[in-house]
Amino acid sequence: MSDQYILEVKNLTKDFPGVRALDNVEFKVRKGEIHCLVGENGAGKSTLMNVVSGVYPKGTYEGQVFFKGNETNYRNTKDSELAGLAIIHQELTLSPYLSVYENLFLGHMKTRFGVIDWDSCLKDSYPLMKRVGLNEKPQTIVSKMSVGKQQLVEIARAISQKAELLIFDEPTSSLNDDESQKLLDLMREFKREGITCIMISHKLDEVLAVADSITILRDGQSIVSYDLTEREVTEKEIIRGMVGRELKNLFPQKEPDIGDVVFEVKNWTVYHPDYHTMKIVDDASFFVRKGEIVSFCGPMGAGRTELMMSIFGNSYGYGASGEIFLNGDRVEFKNPKDAIEKGVGYVSEDRKSLGLILLQDVKTNITNSSLPKLSKRGVVDKDLEMKSAEKYRQALQIKTPSLLQLARNLSGGNQQKVVLSRCLLADPDVFIVDEPTRGIDVGAKFEIYSILNEMVKQGKSVIVVSSELVEAISMSDRIYVMNEGEIKGVLNRDEATQERIMHMALVD
Amino acid sequence: MANGAQIEHISFFELAKQNMRKLSMFIMLGLIMVVFAFMTGGVNLTPRNITNIFIQNSYILILAVGMVLVIIIGNIDLSVGSLIAFTGAISAMLYNTGMGLIPTLILTLIVGGLIGCFQAFWIAYMRIPAFIVTLAGMLLFRGLTYIITNVTPIALRDDGFKRIASGFLRIDGFTIGGNDGLSLLVMVVAIVLLIWAMLHQRNRKIKKGFTVLSFRYDILKVVALSLLIIFVFTRFASYRGIPTVVLVLSLVTALFVFITNNTVIGRYIYAVGGNAKSAKLSGINSEQVVFITHVIMGVLSGLSGLVFTAYMNSALPQAGDGFELDAIASCFIGGAAASGGIGTTIGAITGGLVMGAINNGMSLQNIGADWQYVVKASILLLAVFYDIWSRRKSGLG
Repeated sequence: MSDQYILEVKNLTKDFPGVRALDNVEFKVRKGEIHCLVGENGAGKSTLMNVVSGVYPKGTYEGQVFFKGNETNYRNTKDSELAGLAIIHQELTLSPYLSVYENLFLGHMKTRFGVIDWDSCLKDSYPLMKRVGLNEKPQTIVSKMSVGKQQLVEIARAISQKAELLIFDEPTSSLNDDESQKLLDLMREFKREGITCIMISHKLDEVLAVADSITILRDGQSIVSYDLTEREVTEKEIIRGMVGRELKNLFPQKEPDIGDVVFEVKNWTVYHPDYHTMKIVDDASFFVRKGEIVSFCGPMGAGRTELMMSIFGNSYGYGASGEIFLNGDRVEFKNPKDAIEKGVGYVSEDRKSLGLILLQDVKTNITNSSLPKLSKRGVVDKDLEMKSAEKYRQALQIKTPSLLQLARNLSGGNQQKVVLSRCLLADPDVFIVDEPTRGIDVGAKFEIYSILNEMVKQGKSVIVVSSELVEAISMSDRIYVMNEGEIKGVLNRDEATQERIMHMALVD
Repeated sequence: MANGAQIEHISFFELAKQNMRKLSMFIMLGLIMVVFAFMTGGVNLTPRNITNIFIQNSYILILAVGMVLVIIIGNIDLSVGSLIAFTGAISAMLYNTGMGLIPTLILTLIVGGLIGCFQAFWIAYMRIPAFIVTLAGMLLFRGLTYIITNVTPIALRDDGFKRIASGFLRIDGFTIGGNDGLSLLVMVVAIVLLIWAMLHQRNRKIKKGFTVLSFRYDILKVVALSLLIIFVFTRFASYRGIPTVVLVLSLVTALFVFITNNTVIGRYIYAVGGNAKSAKLSGINSEQVVFITHVIMGVLSGLSGLVFTAYMNSALPQAGDGFELDAIASCFIGGAAASGGIGTTIGAITGGLVMGAINNGMSLQNIGADWQYVVKASILLLAVFYDIWSRRKSGLG
């Protein structure tokens, strides 16, 4: 029996101060399969993988973990790597200013008499890069590459250690559809080579596309495991298992009430902040009407985020040019402060490093953009501040024990709501949200969509940058398709399909 | 209990545990005082000595109040020691021209502010790390001090200046039982104000329906603070009254407690320190915030320079050497985080008093500067270790 399973987890319980993250979890992975682990945020998926890979050493948890039939006794991740188990984290762990091949061999460089043999490292990096399909020079500095390619480096590093079990933690959360597809193909390729893969994912279509088995976690408990070789499983079933209730609609209904053009950008061009000749956005023009949700779709690196950030008070890039019209008047945004004051809000895709101030409390994070409004002669009216924050906590149903809880202690979905609250409190007319549902669970996604719908109902305009096509198609009135810095076209709600968008981006 | 006000029920032990990090530096200060009281036979708690601790550390404490803001925005200022020498020399030269004390004070603070502007410009707008700009400032203003003073001390023309540091506030003939009456009056007024503020704030919160702690904890807090006030002011009363410099220090502290807690710029300082990129995208002009913070540091260095010159009763070219390190250590002992975003004015003051109490207690036992350095180093390391350890334990990173 233990032959059949490469990894077995029995009665695993793991406590954090005040929280039981894992409660009597059972988890079995057969040799050579792709096993997907799903569950809402905070269900304990990452904690489980951290126990398995030795991030939490033996003794900090109760229960048993067997790898290749032997009970594990890892003190750290190095031990588990040596045993043949590698984890590819959601947040990339590459050293950004080193090159691809330096990163590949970081921590286990080939040495001769204690001196690193860079030549042989370089030589060995080619087959590894080829195996994961990374078309770059090994000398390329990692931070200059797209997130998708950085992820490939991460994977190449994992397989360079002769891993028998690869754990992918939300591997496609920052990839576009095309890159995600390639990654899934790569996993199938690994499977053929006999490498077992575990994938943690929120994207059920991807899960169903690759999985041989699925295990669902909810609130730290293992709910159910499906063997897909025995029977079919539907998205509905999985979702029911994850949330314990049936989600009737993944996207809220909305009745559009669309008015005149509120916000218009003409001939916007911006260059790379470091390479001043490299065009990142090329002559982009678009507009948004009152009460309209407009999405920007396109592959990773299409320039969508860069376009939005450079419009939002030159927060990105170099030498931006073009015209912005707000309610028909030509305006210029010197900096984000200026843009916010004139009625444009922006919610970043990177909520941890660009959205929130993690070590401040929820209340402060909500009110940071609106302090001048909440103060008299430079003195903050603390009662008014508290009330305003409380209003949005209730309106957006932010789950937090108190407004004085630190933002870092909230789950991803609730953090996102805090950032949205901050922007809403500043009361913008035009609201730019960049990947508002990245890395958050199904229930919270629905709530975020409802919030955006509520905003357009109040006559505001919303621009959404989204990498999930289904999301973009379901929630927006119009979709701009971008690739390689250009706007390739625009589709109305009724004419948009995933195929048309991809076709427009990649072929037209 | 009107309008559905809620009272949070929590045991004393639980409350103390939650606030342990905030309370730890006060406990440390108290422990140090008690330990030295045993070792010196109570000499360190005498009226004269308590008064001296305040006077001898006032200039460091003033620097610490500014330094903690600089540390909160994630920077550091190494130039403050040299600035004390420079502004001190300027103030002595101005005063010796026959100018009155008040114009001298104002002009010196302006000079401090201008120097702050100069450094702040390079830091905030030219984006040169504060460490480098202020290291340059440290060398530059030490050099300029030597140039303008010819490396010789400047004596003050009369004793008027000295009063800032070593004078006492008192009303002639106003004594109560042989003690200074003004000190006792201020003490009573302070306690009454404290009680009033507590009740007022509590009622306001209840009226607006916010959650409040149960009444006994508010009483406990007021009693503890009152005892502290009574201890300090009865010491002043039975010596020579309230030192002028304590008034200066109290005003500066009160002002910056207010600024950091209640004003927009104060909140911006914390926001920029917590995450500069996010603050900028939230619509905060972070360059301006950094600029203002360093200008404030410049002005407070000027004030500290004035106090130190008054304390020495002359402007010394070597004045302030190493003070920047004392001020920085005060902030860290007082719970500021080196990575920015965390720190309080009261913490910095308490940290400064911890250092001062150690210096004082060891001096009283004739232990030299050599061992004082060793003990201060250990306290700094331990305090910061405890801070980081307890933060990690409670999941605050």
